[in-house]
Amino acid sequence: MSLTRTTAATAAPLTNSLTAGKLPRHSPLIVLLASWLVTGAFFFVLMLSGAAEGFTIVGTLFFGTVVYCVAIFLLSYYVEGVRKAKDRLVTALVTVAFVVALLPLFSLVFTTLVNGLPAFLTPSFFTQSQRNVVGEGGGALHAVIGTLLITGVATLISVPIGLLSAIYLTEYGRGRLARAITFFVDVMTGIPSIVAGLFAFALFSLLFNDPGIRFGFGGAIALTVLMIPVVVRSSEEMLKLVPNELREAAYALGVPKWLTILKVVLPTSLAGIVTGIMISISRVIGETAPLLIISGFTASMNYDLFNERMMTLPVFVYTQYANQGADTQSYLDRAWAGALTLILIVMLLNLGARVIARIFSPKLGR
Amino acid sequence: MTTAVERPTLKAKERPGDRIFSTSTIVSGSLILAILAAVAVFLLVQSLPAFVADPEKFKGDATNFWQYVGPLAFGTLWSAFLALLMAVPIAIGIALFISHYAPRKLAQGLGYLIDLLAAVPSVVFGLWGIGVLAPLVQPFYTNLVEWFGWFPLFAGPVSGTGRTTLTVAIVLAVMVLPIITALSREIFLQTPVLYEEASLALGATRWEMITMAVLPFGRAGIISASMLGLGRALGETMAVAMVLSPSRDVIFQLLTSQNPTTIAANIALNFPEANGVGVNILLATGLILFVITLVVNMIARVIINRRKAFSGAN
Repeated sequence: MSLTRTTAATAAPLTNSLTAGKLPRHSPLIVLLASWLVTGAFFFVLMLSGAAEGFTIVGTLFFGTVVYCVAIFLLSYYVEGVRKAKDRLVTALVTVAFVVALLPLFSLVFTTLVNGLPAFLTPSFFTQSQRNVVGEGGGALHAVIGTLLITGVATLISVPIGLLSAIYLTEYGRGRLARAITFFVDVMTGIPSIVAGLFAFALFSLLFNDPGIRFGFGGAIALTVLMIPVVVRSSEEMLKLVPNELREAAYALGVPKWLTILKVVLPTSLAGIVTGIMISISRVIGETAPLLIISGFTASMNYDLFNERMMTLPVFVYTQYANQGADTQSYLDRAWAGALTLILIVMLLNLGARVIARIFSPKLGR
Repeated sequence: MTTAVERPTLKAKERPGDRIFSTSTIVSGSLILAILAAVAVFLLVQSLPAFVADPEKFKGDATNFWQYVGPLAFGTLWSAFLALLMAVPIAIGIALFISHYAPRKLAQGLGYLIDLLAAVPSVVFGLWGIGVLAPLVQPFYTNLVEWFGWFPLFAGPVSGTGRTTLTVAIVLAVMVLPIITALSREIFLQTPVLYEEASLALGATRWEMITMAVLPFGRAGIISASMLGLGRALGETMAVAMVLSPSRDVIFQLLTSQNPTTIAANIALNFPEANGVGVNILLATGLILFVITLVVNMIARVIINRRKAFSGAN
């Protein structure tokens, strides 16, 4: 066996894959540009000959990338052998997957900006409600107020519960209860948002014996169900990062456990916890389905969480889209402007969270 | 016995502050379990009337609850399955790109870009799907039906609006991409560096290193990440409700104007006008959805928990 192998190696030393040729360093980039150029030229000729109606940039990039995948595989196969060729093909495919995923994001942000800005910039958008508005004009003030109130209350309820549970899981929890909580918190993150809305409806329609109940506080409860698991998970991760030496130092100085947690553990991880809370707010602030069910929709201002229907921004976007009046365009404009407002809020919350995490994170001196 | 020193067990003094604090943490921890139980109980209680409702109370030609919810459950599973079919390969590609291909300094920022997709509210995805995606893909659908109409899934007549099951599946795929990507990325990064270096040292190319070291290590993680994505796709409401032109039948064709709607979208569209036992029927379909997603999520979590190291990823 070994004898035949050595004779084979001496007989054909040049086919050894380890000594095969290698493509120059920048060849992928050059091949990519070349294949784009070739496809572009192809489409250009098509346009000149009148076979196609116009020059398509999208088509050029798409088919150019396909050509690139084939070209780099063949080129590498010829020069470097099949293993390197496969490697280069996968590199190309993986990069393409990443770019493909970014396309919807950019398309979505771009369309929202273009369609949303006109109505977003009208002064009445943030100063008026939709009361008695038919067709053009009016604004989303009632929806903004509703979103702030409902999300605010949801945050007020879920942050203490979530944070205390996270403390229990990291500092106290041992045994069956802790494991059950960890497991079901994870499961709870997967509850569909509409089920949370249905739960709030089922609960309050039974409590108040009102089969058609709609009010803002119910929406806050529904959001709480969705928000608690996110708060627990993120806070737990942050609390786990606090080094044990800090706790032990505090115990050695005779500090009781609860004061250690309050004065040492929490301040150390505060930045991370605040970050987690902001991200969890950004998760629930865009929820539509539960609020559509339990908070309903209205065209008027409502500051009372416990009475009457309450409008929120996501539901505003949906109803403006779904119940278009005679003047279709102004309804669509308002829907896109609402969407733009939502995206801005969510992105600001996310960015703010990152900034806080970066600035206030404890320097552990490692 | 007489000389044995009574060794006192050292125990910290129980201060009232300690007692109050630890009790309050236990209470709020248990409250979470209570909330989850309450969700199940209240939904069940409120949906009981639906199981014995009059046949004429159901919309469409269903005569009992199970006939009513069956096609909806089919639509839910079918669109979620299609979405997963598209999302999982791309998500694994992205996760590999971020963990093993992108330059180290860029990797975190690129991951953050993908996470931004998760932050976009679903109602905005709905607007985008109907305003941008559906008109964009409609011409392709026409071609698909023209060329591949012999294939059962692509049978005509083609929808003129593009508001079909396939469009919904694409939107859902975009929406579940970030969660699958985030989880797979975490798992790929946990591959022991020694495995990777060993296979590279043996002369493996990067792709061979990934197939031999990274993917076998992360297989369980990829499965559970996909199941979490499945849970998300099953429960997605607004995007489906806005994009799909719905009907209440079992239809496999992807490109016609007759599309099976999902449980969640059906609730969102009909709840505002529902009354009487109609509300209970919708609540009961919600209960079915809750049970389906709960089972999917629990299976996913059990798989994750079997390998403790993954639990940090979410």
